Amino acid sequence: MSWLPTLVQACYFLAALLFILGLKRMSSPRTARGGIVWAGVGMLVAVLATFALPDMQNRGLILAAVLIGVAAAWWSGRRVAMTAMPQMVALYNGMGGGAAAGIGAAELVAHVQRATVAVPDTYPLRPENWVTEALHQVPAVAPLSPVALGLGVLGALIGAVSFSGSLVAFAKLQGWMDRRFVFPGQRVVNLLVLLLAVVHGVMLAAGHLELPVILAFFVLSLLFGLLMTLPIGGADMPVVISLYNAFTGLAVAFEGYVLGNEAMIIAGMVVGAAGTLLTQLMAKAMNRSLGNVLFGSFGAAAGGAAQEIAGAQKPIEAADAAVMMAYAERVAIVPGYGMAVAQAQHKVWEFAKLLIERGVKVKFAIHPVAGRMPGHMNVLLAEAGVPYDLIEDMDDINPEFPNTDVVLVIGANDVVNPMAKTDPTSPIYGMPILDVAAAKHVIVVKRGKGTGFAGIENALFYADNTRMLYGDGQAAAGQLVSELKALDS
Amino acid sequence: MIDGFVALYIFMLAAFTGHEIIARVPVILHTPLMSGSNFVHGIVLVGAMIALGHASTPFEIGLGFVAVLLGAGNAAGGYVVTERMLEMFKPSAGKPGDKA
Repeated sequence: MSWLPTLVQACYFLAALLFILGLKRMSSPRTARGGIVWAGVGMLVAVLATFALPDMQNRGLILAAVLIGVAAAWWSGRRVAMTAMPQMVALYNGMGGGAAAGIGAAELVAHVQRATVAVPDTYPLRPENWVTEALHQVPAVAPLSPVALGLGVLGALIGAVSFSGSLVAFAKLQGWMDRRFVFPGQRVVNLLVLLLAVVHGVMLAAGHLELPVILAFFVLSLLFGLLMTLPIGGADMPVVISLYNAFTGLAVAFEGYVLGNEAMIIAGMVVGAAGTLLTQLMAKAMNRSLGNVLFGSFGAAAGGAAQEIAGAQKPIEAADAAVMMAYAERVAIVPGYGMAVAQAQHKVWEFAKLLIERGVKVKFAIHPVAGRMPGHMNVLLAEAGVPYDLIEDMDDINPEFPNTDVVLVIGANDVVNPMAKTDPTSPIYGMPILDVAAAKHVIVVKRGKGTGFAGIENALFYADNTRMLYGDGQAAAGQLVSELKALDS
Repeated sequence: MIDGFVALYIFMLAAFTGHEIIARVPVILHTPLMSGSNFVHGIVLVGAMIALGHASTPFEIGLGFVAVLLGAGNAAGGYVVTERMLEMFKPSAGKPGDKA
């Protein structure tokens, strides 16, 4: 059976190759759908090969855990609505981080030095006795090299932070946790917790492999992930999820080194690098540094003088709005999270198709961070069947707004707020926006007069060329469709 | 076990590969790609299986079992979500070209 390990290695090699090719295919709209299948085949090959590894025990348990995990995730991933995709990505990413931390924990526990170092009585966390008992029955394991130990601890730290942080992100996007959690001295506390976690990690890496230290290390790491994510507002969650995605990739790569598994190293590192770059692209699209997202506590300064805007919001009826667009030459539609919440993408596309039939040039303008994730709107519009050559990025469409007759803003707010350009005291000052105010007319579909997700007033709503069409996105789009049809009959 | 410097080379080259793959991606694909890379680090499942396969004490077995559960969730969930997102990318009839 000496060929078996070689075969398993060959399978891992194939898996790594398929992952890279799959990701490459996913980076172009034409080949993207095939890309995930390639990567999926790679995953299947790697998992089957692992079952075939010769020195594996607990095969029954492994199979049971794999089946339960796959079934639960498959079922939840199938039935969830498209609008809930961002938090599902956060959830599954957190699971990956947790798995990496679990591997690190299992490795560390397996290498606990027995009977060499006694735990001092003064140490606050005493190990559970049954664990210590159980350890004495185990034959000695070959010690880890210092590099493997260090990377294993680092991977466990990153994985644990990604785990608890992603779960908080999931809870926030799911609406289970509305408020940002802020208290005085928060940054100092967070820093202290991180410092303590690192100190315990260094102790472990230096060879002080004792159960209480391991336990404290993981508790502190998980706590840091929790504390770090709590103060971050929902609007910044996409960047945070992307960051934790990169974290999990790194954790997987480091634990892969500890286990001597090249497929894990390559896949983890590719994701770590790709995720880091993607995070930077997202933060850049919001014109904010990553540090600002993580530690800025969005809106903390906005508590002072409330921004007063002169003028009033001017309402419009659906019939008038439909007429305006029916006889326009160029119409741009700007969707935002409100469209996603109202599930209005199908109605919006139906309306756009009617306009196109009348000879109106319709385009969809997508801000890089519209919705809860970059590309979130693209996914929803694609679901509704909008061909992607009608969808324009911010940089492409901004110069076209002055020649656009009507802009229909549906459920977007902060990404079209001109105060990002004009008001240096605004929390979103400096963020690039869709310059819709330059168009001849703007119609904003909005549920009520409240402020947007970030809680910031929007001067666009008070502009002279802006009319407000109040109502739920789905209902408003439906009215527009029926009014437009009524025009022709 | 991989030699220290060979591992370092693997780390470096893999990092460049990941960077290159993302460097010129249209915004339209950011979410699916994040989801896709989320699926790819589901390879952690393989590591969790190895950890559970080598576990001997009840505590280690418990840890390994949870790790495999979570890893399987990451892999399966990541695949389903990414596939559902990408299913919706239908190229329009007129212009099949890529759009950046």
